Amino acid sequence: MSIATRIRGAGRPTKVRESRVDRFFLVGVYILLTTFLLVVLLPLWYIVVSSFSSPAAVSAGRVFLWPVEFTLRGYQVALSSPQILSGFANSLFYTIVGTAISVTLTVMLAYPLSRADFVGRKVLTGAVVFTMLFAGGLIPTYLVVQAMGMLDTRWALLIPNAVAVWPAILAITYFRTAIPDELREAGEIDGASDLRILWKVVLPLSAPMLAVIALMYAIVQWNSYFDALIYLRDDALYPLQLVLRNILILNNDAGGDATSSLERQQLANLLKYSLIVVSTVPMMLIYPFVARYFTKGLLLGAVKG
Amino acid sequence: MRRSIRRHWQLYLLVLPPLVYFALFKYVPMANAVIAFKAYNVIAGIWASPWVGLEHFERFFSNPVFGTIVSNTFLLSLYALIASFPIPIILALALNEVRSRFFKRTVQMVTYAPYFISTVIVVSMAILILSPRIGLLSGITGFFGLPATDYLAQPDFFRHVYVWSEVWQTAGYSAVIYLAALAGVDPGLYEAAKVDGANRLQKIWHVDLPSIMPTVVVVLILSVGSIMAVGFEKAFLLQNPLNLSQSEIIATYTYKIGIQNADFSLATAVGLFNSAINLVLLLGVNAVSKRVTGSGLW
Repeated sequence: MSIATRIRGAGRPTKVRESRVDRFFLVGVYILLTTFLLVVLLPLWYIVVSSFSSPAAVSAGRVFLWPVEFTLRGYQVALSSPQILSGFANSLFYTIVGTAISVTLTVMLAYPLSRADFVGRKVLTGAVVFTMLFAGGLIPTYLVVQAMGMLDTRWALLIPNAVAVWPAILAITYFRTAIPDELREAGEIDGASDLRILWKVVLPLSAPMLAVIALMYAIVQWNSYFDALIYLRDDALYPLQLVLRNILILNNDAGGDATSSLERQQLANLLKYSLIVVSTVPMMLIYPFVARYFTKGLLLGAVKG
Repeated sequence: MRRSIRRHWQLYLLVLPPLVYFALFKYVPMANAVIAFKAYNVIAGIWASPWVGLEHFERFFSNPVFGTIVSNTFLLSLYALIASFPIPIILALALNEVRSRFFKRTVQMVTYAPYFISTVIVVSMAILILSPRIGLLSGITGFFGLPATDYLAQPDFFRHVYVWSEVWQTAGYSAVIYLAALAGVDPGLYEAAKVDGANRLQKIWHVDLPSIMPTVVVVLILSVGSIMAVGFEKAFLLQNPLNLSQSEIIATYTYKIGIQNADFSLATAVGLFNSAINLVLLLGVNAVSKRVTGSGLW
């Protein structure tokens, strides 16, 4: 976009000159939005700045808007802690494998339910949506996971929450509205089976939707700690978020090589800031690329309501 | 029907595993919830344990914590709803007025970003920023000569911290839905408003707001429906022994008696009570909304 169009107002047709009231109002709007921007940005900025400051400065509360006595000490400790590294690796595993399982099951559910000629579609869709309104609860679900022998295994984080209703509705809507029926009929005339049509025709055309639901599942999986908290005892299986909770919120020691207890205490403080940054960076790196898709998916889901 | 099944057997095969999933992890738990009416015994199992009727519910209702945790849950959700409902709408309406695309996109990108941060991290950030000695907030209040306070140690602050960190995290994300609704407004309406001499504020009031009303209603129903399902995760993480009098909610209580004390029957009764209220609220709001605005979820 050229600067000229931008000045004239983002490509909208040129308007009559703004009245005084409107210009006054617009100034208010900009002030409001700038405030919004700062309120969201400032805490993030403060965390990043603190993570690069010296342990002593952080512990003395001397850091405000700029790093004090710049250092990477916090990151060294964070990235050399075996707990954190294993949490990172576990989370990576849960996120990749869990998302693959979730997306596969969701498609397997959504495609048949999107077909008008599928007998029992309404009843089954109703049964799925109903689980959004009413749930057995924490303990009854725990008993099932226990009975399946999944307690304290990696399965507990991959299976019990594998399918979510919202992405399923999104996929059903997408299959029904974005894939023309004629394509399927053409496939049927050529003698392709339903599975073949799904694999060769429908899925290749569904890439944007698949990306959206994969992302939804991946974010939930990467950020979740509660399932791990109730289902896992063995800390070798802990996902990153649970490790982070233990260090950041319960103040458990993350290990480290500092000798004096004061130094150790200060380093533990600093480590928290670095850890927040380290664990958030992966999401923030992919965020600008996926935000657009994500917005689209949100809207696709919203249209159905 | 039989012909359809024979012809499309692959579809039925395909849908089987996810249906097994729903049966096992959603419907079996609903059936398991009968332990709320039984004296659950691990050895006897769910079905062989003896019935005790409403004993666990009575235990819960007569427990002194009952009133506290129900009102904590309710007040926390209500506060969260009231605070986090209008702000995304205001944000979207304001963004819609901005002409500079660069500014608009920057604000959107930044306010949207916290949605991707995990609850554990958001809570840790809140704890660090509010920390009395080293936090950002005490730095700011200290600048104005005010004494440092340990906010999380005071029960009265728990709700504010919970709600406003929630708003901080989700306002930008929630605004997207309204922005899309605003983008779909018929330009003819703006033209008409201009011809009638409306200023910007009047345009928002008479064109923008009515246009996004259906979206507003749907979002409102959904939020009221989850009023009792208030986020366990965050309340649990923000909880400490000092703020328990306001931070103990039904979900955290269920976790404690169920998982930590292994009183499965009581925990299930409490959870069931919560689910039932939730369902009633959702059905109620939907019915009211249908009568008042003509639109509901179903």
